[in-house]
Amino acid sequence: MTNGTPTHIETMTSDLLQADGVRAGATAGPIGPAVEVREVSKAFPGVVANDRVSLAFHHGEVHCVLGENGAGKSTLMNILSGMYKPDSGAVMVEGREVTIDSPRRAIELGIGTVYQHPTLIPVFTVLENLMLGEGVGVRLDVEGGLRALDRFAKTLGLEVDPHAPASRLALGQQQQIEIIKALWSGSKVLILDEPTSMLTPQGIEELEKVISQLRDEGLAVIFITHKLHEALDLGDTVSILRGGRVVGSWGPDVVKTKSRSEMQALIVGAMFGEGAGSLEDVAEVRDGVTGRARRRGLPNEPVLELVKVSVEALRGEVGVHEVDLTLRRGEILGVAGVDGNGQRELAEVIAGQRSMVGGDIRLCGESIARAGVGRRQSLGLRYVTDDRIGEGTVGTLSVGLNLVLKRIGEEPFWRGGRIREEAIDQAACDLVEGFDIRTPGTETRCGTLSGGNLQKVVLARELSFDPKVVVYNKPTYGLDLKTTLAVRDRIRDLAESAGVAALLISTDLEEILDLSDRIAVLFRGRITGIVDNAPGVERHVGELMLGGDRGD
Amino acid sequence: MSDMLTAAFLSALISGGILAGMPLLFASLGETISERGGVLNIGLEGMMLMGGYTGFVVTLYSQSHWLGLLAGAGAGLITALLMVVFCVRLGLDQIVVGIAILIAAGGFTSVLQRAQFGTTYPRLDAMSAVEIPLFAKIPVIGPSLFAQPAIVYVGFALVAVLHWVLRSTNMGLNLRAAGEKPEALDAAGVSVTAVRSIAALSAGAFAGLGGAYMSIVGAGIFVPFMTHGAGFIGIVIAMLGRGRALWVVIGSLLFGMSVSLTTALQLVGITVPIDVVNMLPFVAVLVVLVIFARQAYLPAALGLPYKRGIR
Ligand SMILES: Nc1ncnc2c1ncn2[C@@H]1O[C@H](COP(=O)(O)OP(=O)(O)OP(=O)(O)O)[C@@H](O)[C@H]1O
Ligand SMILES: [Mg+2]
Repeated sequence: MTNGTPTHIETMTSDLLQADGVRAGATAGPIGPAVEVREVSKAFPGVVANDRVSLAFHHGEVHCVLGENGAGKSTLMNILSGMYKPDSGAVMVEGREVTIDSPRRAIELGIGTVYQHPTLIPVFTVLENLMLGEGVGVRLDVEGGLRALDRFAKTLGLEVDPHAPASRLALGQQQQIEIIKALWSGSKVLILDEPTSMLTPQGIEELEKVISQLRDEGLAVIFITHKLHEALDLGDTVSILRGGRVVGSWGPDVVKTKSRSEMQALIVGAMFGEGAGSLEDVAEVRDGVTGRARRRGLPNEPVLELVKVSVEALRGEVGVHEVDLTLRRGEILGVAGVDGNGQRELAEVIAGQRSMVGGDIRLCGESIARAGVGRRQSLGLRYVTDDRIGEGTVGTLSVGLNLVLKRIGEEPFWRGGRIREEAIDQAACDLVEGFDIRTPGTETRCGTLSGGNLQKVVLARELSFDPKVVVYNKPTYGLDLKTTLAVRDRIRDLAESAGVAALLISTDLEEILDLSDRIAVLFRGRITGIVDNAPGVERHVGELMLGGDRGD
Repeated sequence: MSDMLTAAFLSALISGGILAGMPLLFASLGETISERGGVLNIGLEGMMLMGGYTGFVVTLYSQSHWLGLLAGAGAGLITALLMVVFCVRLGLDQIVVGIAILIAAGGFTSVLQRAQFGTTYPRLDAMSAVEIPLFAKIPVIGPSLFAQPAIVYVGFALVAVLHWVLRSTNMGLNLRAAGEKPEALDAAGVSVTAVRSIAALSAGAFAGLGGAYMSIVGAGIFVPFMTHGAGFIGIVIAMLGRGRALWVVIGSLLFGMSVSLTTALQLVGITVPIDVVNMLPFVAVLVVLVIFARQAYLPAALGLPYKRGIR
């Protein structure tokens, strides 16, 4: 906050002071903000995650909180939900100062949270997940639970099978269950920490409807996102965190009167300070996305070929059926589709993490059908998983070790069976810098990084050390705007200058349109069509994604 | 003639199976509770020994089997306090603490036994059997199944209770959540520490009861290290039972029968060397593991300490 201090910080504070009187009229709810934090600070070893944060969240309002990865958004929410204790500062609920020392307390105070990382228990049914912790008596009140679920489903316009195991639901549905769970015991405040990062456009649309409805019912909704247009569509109030501090906050009086582009400029300026200039015309904030022309003159040399590849469907999956794909040198082939149509199966079978029931996979002309994960790695095949916590990183190891995790035992990091700390440290420092990973140091335990920074660790590891073919599964989910663009540039750059072919699996159509040369569409485990990317192609792709017409 | 032999063989097998299977049943029920809650209790056998010794001494002096059994459960519970303090609260490694408890309890009980009784092994009176009217009259299996000391029926009742608790109560749901994803339980507003503490303590009480059954009802004497690996077999049964009480019963009784098989064989005139007798349960474990191990389902957060806010 040296030269980038925005001038609107004054308006923000005065806004906070007079907020009580101004907003109370909006709903018949109680006077004053539903929740307010005053001068809240929280430090972790090596970082100040929240630095004297003051914000107020009002009834009947959607308050969007934005900020780059590691800005301290989740930390603030964790303080409100009783997961973290603030080092200093005060939390007020409906005008009274409270101590939220446990999630139980937060729930009692009417604060419901959908955390950034899923809290559904995969082996539990939907109903069991919802009833967890809410029972008062000895017996599980299944009938009562079913009735409550029915009520929620009706008012929110959702359809759920109460007895399906949570693991069998699509991500969008899981997200909806998480929301119902957060509302289950009559919350008056709903915290949503990046609920949309894994959702498809349809899922997001449904979510937005639900959120507007809740707002109209008088709830205070705190909505964290990296997507500007969501903030602009939904937010009554928009606040920006940067380096743990509030660097901008605009109430409805500003948000509703300024034009979209003015708001965009304000937000981007506050979020990234001086580095924001280049982001003015970013695709993410453009209205009406369309394809860009396929690059010409690509070499016609296939590097990855899938021939009638089939994968058995595990519980709750669709599997992959007789998929034919050819990826040429330097090409970016997008794989579009609604989540849960075989994306993960396809990625894993290419990476060697799953066995095929039929077909063949060739890398540079040679079959790798029988090669293991390690062998494929050393042949230059890389896989950026979409499960950054489960399989992408080892939370208890240092950031440095995580960055060389797939090079264990190899020169120069290991020599003669001995680990060479300096070599690892050197490489790790370079990667941390190159990928802008926000971490106190390379020795920091990886599990303590923020969600987006974990994703950067995975990307940094997979994209270094001479990749030939990279399979990306949702490479930019949870990344902030600037990093998303940087990662896209890197993917493009690798393809153009180093000839690294990319199979870009994503549920974000905009991303696929932005990067791909060709677009394949996956539906129920089959490729329903492959089209060249070109302006105006999105309608056709959209139809294919819903299982529309076959072929070109 | 051969009919009579089979009848004798069968009833020896069943009653022997129950005799040897009950301690396993208690122990593996305890381990089931603990494992579902995410606490791996390797020290199960140590808690059995503590229960066995305490129960024996209390019965000897009070002449009350029931008091002895209760004392055994209490001793197991107190031993399990170590698990609660070191593993659940302080987050130390459950395997290390479990092994320490196992070794310490084995030494502790045998030293006490030596000090108190020297090389004499006083005997307790047998616990009187309670016949269940009508059922006890069923030929062959009747007398062996339905004329047992009352604690056996209590054991089976506990199975039913556990089954109910795990499936249809809030506590059961909390318990399973603590083992699968403690952060989710915490986020739902339930204290993971409390749930896991209760789980660990119940496991101790059950194991203590199993040990007390062994010394008071089964053998009538206490001999140092008399459990002979029963605790570990209990752990295996719990793992294969996948949290289902009924499977735990079946497993325990099958293992119990494999122990009593040799006695039953002797009844029909086939003698088996004592080494084979001692070996049988472990062979049975091996065979069962080879066949069924793939089906063992362990809770996702088993053995992992939980502390809020630590990522
Ligand atoms: N439990 C923890 N232990 C140590 N450091 C932590 C912990 N939680 C968060 N941090 C640190 O605090 C900072 C802020 O993290 P936070 O998760 O709040 O970021 P965020 O704004 O939510 O980012 P993202 O958009 O990537 O989710 C980061 O530098 C992170 O490394
Ligand atoms: Mg976050």
